Amino acid sequence: MAKIKKDTKRKVAGYSSASMSDIVFMLLFFFMVTTSMRQHEVMVTVRLPEASEATKLERKDLTSYIYIGTPVRAQQAQYGTDARIQLNDSYKTVDDIRDFIASQREQMNEYDRQFMTVSLKIDSDVRMGIVTDVKQELRRTSALKIMYSARKLDKSGGM
Amino acid sequence: MAKSKKEMPELNGAGMSDISFLLLSFFLMTSNMDQTSGLQRRLPAMPPENQEKTPENEVKRRNVFQVRINQWDAVFAGGSPMDLSMLREEVKSFILNPTNDPNKSEKIEQDIKGLGKFPVSEAVISLQNDRGTGYEVYIKVQNEIVAAYNEIREDFSRAQFNGRSFESLTEEEQDIVRDVFPQRISEAEPKDISAANTRRRR
Repeated sequence: MAKIKKDTKRKVAGYSSASMSDIVFMLLFFFMVTTSMRQHEVMVTVRLPEASEATKLERKDLTSYIYIGTPVRAQQAQYGTDARIQLNDSYKTVDDIRDFIASQREQMNEYDRQFMTVSLKIDSDVRMGIVTDVKQELRRTSALKIMYSARKLDKSGGM
Repeated sequence: MAKSKKEMPELNGAGMSDISFLLLSFFLMTSNMDQTSGLQRRLPAMPPENQEKTPENEVKRRNVFQVRINQWDAVFAGGSPMDLSMLREEVKSFILNPTNDPNKSEKIEQDIKGLGKFPVSEAVISLQNDRGTGYEVYIKVQNEIVAAYNEIREDFSRAQFNGRSFESLTEEEQDIVRDVFPQRISEAEPKDISAANTRRRR
């Protein structure tokens, strides 16, 4: 029987982890490019309706958001379950929209103001009454470009 | 020099991946991938208080296709109840009016840049809702109307531009199609059912 010679000098080849950081950096850049920071803490539950004809919004920076929906569970003890309007980070009423739009306009430069869009993020279960009030108020402040936010639905699957 | 054996110390790259993982998880957490999409609409400007009803801003009755949604989310189109799945075809036939039905929209010849004379439909889709109407149904109806317009434009584009779809047209060609079939959707003044008798038409 041949004697198995133990090679004491032999080491396990160490693997180089240098390229791992390359991969991770690649992922990192992907997320950095595609990400958009959450601008607001959403305090109302918004389940957007579905629409097959929904189009993408072109200029995100020129968009103001109005959220309408029932308050999130943590806030329900204080604010109830009726649909509420959220502007920036707090619950507001229809009368506050005027100031909100004015302050949003103020932040844009002169040329971009005409392209300002108001994106209405409204829960599917909301009744139209409050939506109509908001729309009338927007007309009064002449913020006429609006967008009913909706989830894009596949055309074949849509009705 | 005698010190030719000295090697460059190897750089340990293990810590770099830790840092980049940290950054990666930060961006993973803070990012939201949802794209803002939706139905774009232009609200009509608020009319001046003392506006008189003039014949110019009065739309002919036959050109208005009324879509109404009541507080129980039932859809009425042109005065009769209608299923949501039927609405798209109904709107299309109202706008196109292939048989020149006197009850449907009329067409007026207009000079369109880049195309020449074309009979353009005068149709206006008027959408009325109650304060109690659900938002989901409202968007569904809006979606159907937009879909009707999109299908009409698509058909026209394929007929006019050698079978090319609307999306593949150039900007100028798209403008031509938009001029031929302008999207006229009017979101009427809100009204309660109780105030139905005093409603004004815009």
